[in-house]
Amino acid sequence: MLTRSPLCVFAAFLLVFQVVGGERCGGGAQKRPEIPLIIFIYISLFSICGTLHSVDQYLNIKLTDISVTDPEKYPHMLSVKNCFIRGSVVRYVQLPADEVDTQLLQDAARKEAMQQKQ
Amino acid sequence: SGTVAIITSDGRMIVGTLKGFDQTINLILDESHERVFSSSQGVEQVVLGLYIVRGDNVAVIGEIDEETDSTLDLGNIRAEPLNSVVH
Repeated sequence: MLTRSPLCVFAAFLLVFQVVGGERCGGGAQKRPEIPLIIFIYISLFSICGTLHSVDQYLNIKLTDISVTDPEKYPHMLSVKNCFIRGSVVRYVQLPADEVDTQLLQDAARKEAMQQKQ
Repeated sequence: SGTVAIITSDGRMIVGTLKGFDQTINLILDESHERVFSSSQGVEQVVLGLYIVRGDNVAVIGEIDEETDSTLDLGNIRAEPLNSVVH
């Protein structure tokens, strides 16, 4: 059975916080109320960059506005703008460090965990 | 239900019309074809027809933008085939 704590942290990040501002991956400093995210996928060092749309209980991820980190090597996703990534294939999720307030995140995750215990 | 590109856990790319899915990501794809990439020749498309893909084998589902896809010159794309997913 999936332990609650990693789910809490990630879900809390998405559900509890509105992260304001941040740069879109690939350049261009624009202030937007979105969560820019770089996701690394298992498939042979294939990594996808995009804006986090939603996450579910299996940590499946929906991204909008995809860009592949190395499009010459991996042209497969050239015509794809939005995608769904199965949670089981994600190796790393890289988040922009300045977007995350770890203290706030930790507190929210702790509260979520308490609520779920009751 | 639009045209989608599926990347499977063994590194294959399948393009088709998504007819249905369920919670375990089992998929029903109509008019599907596999796009085989190779470093020596252009993209080869193998017609498959109606497919059911089991969710365990699905890695990524991408929504294909028809406009961008029609501008792709598949004959000239060279790429190494993807490796399979390693846990």
